[in-house]
Amino acid sequence: MQDDNKRFVERDRDWHPPAYAPGYKTSVARSPSQALVSLQTSSVSELTGPDFRQLRIGPHDNDLLMNFREDPALAGAAGLPVGERIILFGRVVDQFGKPVPHTLVEMWQANAGGRYRHKKDGYLAPLDPNFGGVGRCLTDEQGWYRFRTIKPGPYPWGNGINTWRPAHIHVSVMGPSISTRLITQMYFEGDPLIPLCPIVQTLKDPEAVETMIGRLDMARSRPMDCLAYRFDLVVRGELQTYFENQ
Amino acid sequence: MRQPNSQPCSELMLRETASQTAGPYVHIGLALDVAGLPERDEEIWSRMAKPDAEGEHIEVIGTVIDGNGDPVRDALLEAWQADASGRYQPAFDLQKAFNSFGRTATTAAGNSEWSLTTIKPGSVARGDGKVMAPHINLAIFARGINIHLQTRLYFEDEVEANAACPVLGAIESPTRRQTLIAKREEVDGKVRYRFDIRLQGEGETVFFDF
Repeated sequence: MQDDNKRFVERDRDWHPPAYAPGYKTSVARSPSQALVSLQTSSVSELTGPDFRQLRIGPHDNDLLMNFREDPALAGAAGLPVGERIILFGRVVDQFGKPVPHTLVEMWQANAGGRYRHKKDGYLAPLDPNFGGVGRCLTDEQGWYRFRTIKPGPYPWGNGINTWRPAHIHVSVMGPSISTRLITQMYFEGDPLIPLCPIVQTLKDPEAVETMIGRLDMARSRPMDCLAYRFDLVVRGELQTYFENQ
Repeated sequence: MRQPNSQPCSELMLRETASQTAGPYVHIGLALDVAGLPERDEEIWSRMAKPDAEGEHIEVIGTVIDGNGDPVRDALLEAWQADASGRYQPAFDLQKAFNSFGRTATTAAGNSEWSLTTIKPGSVARGDGKVMAPHINLAIFARGINIHLQTRLYFEDEVEANAACPVLGAIESPTRRQTLIAKREEVDGKVRYRFDIRLQGEGETVFFDF
């Protein structure tokens, strides 16, 4: 038997957004109508997950100011993306506050004008020849991760007649098992589009929205260079099982 | 004083960060080639087994269908499975012949099928001693899916093991159990399993909470 002497704190599915949230129109046809089937006895299938310490992560994989150039001959300031330079950093912990070391954190985002470098994005705002919009890194021993990027812009999308996404960065974290796997979005403190967004509003509890807000952190910013936003991620708490099978 | 973004749910415990949809452009972050971005030195993708991996080499393939019966062309899937002997291999390493973890996506091209190149997993025992039939754990992320859906792919030709599987048995409706069984096909002498995921409505796939 492999690594199945633990449990994860049950996911509170009233805290997370429901599958069916009609204000976000795409969820209407993409939400199951049947109840989820709960696995009463967790097994090694759910209690384990991939460990990415052997994945070759490039030196600029977490630096979006440096990791994309349409013309590789461009260097120096000519090769930098346009926009608000920021550091995005934070700590991955579990629900008991325990750091989650060496876990994979991935992120993707639009450019300063709200345009994604994706075949399917046809928004009028132009692409930035020096911005790709993807990053990844592993958390360190204490659970910290760090990216350097530009602050993404808001963009319109076809939900309501005039619906705009707040500036956001998609953040993906693995944690210790597939039970802790989570994809979320980080929003920026003070953005007035946050309360107007149907995707944010899929959450019923305003406190849950707070868990998705990145906070301006002047102490971690670099004078004359870039600002910093802190975004801590909390994954499900890990418990040991002491009393099984009577 | 600025509020932290982590919320206490009791004196001892924090609340999990809330989930959000992966959105329409998930490929930029997790499937670079599909987005049209240059790939990095190493990507986590759909070839879970190299030709020298031990076990029966298979391809698994399928579509994701929405509540209107239309294909979902922007889904990202993650697979987690045991090796041929029924052991999970957590250390992800592209130098190895087999990895327990893989990713795939449906796209706007062709039939919008996702596929994985892998080996058939062995049976896995649960802590209570009951043996689960060979299966692949799948997580589905997409625009319109607020928190990812978790399911399992089982194999049509494992009739006895499936009948004895405690997880399949826990699904009250025998009709619904069938939604988790991939169909075996042979294409050019190669074994392929088809697993179509129906998000909603008729033949809706069973999704799990764990």
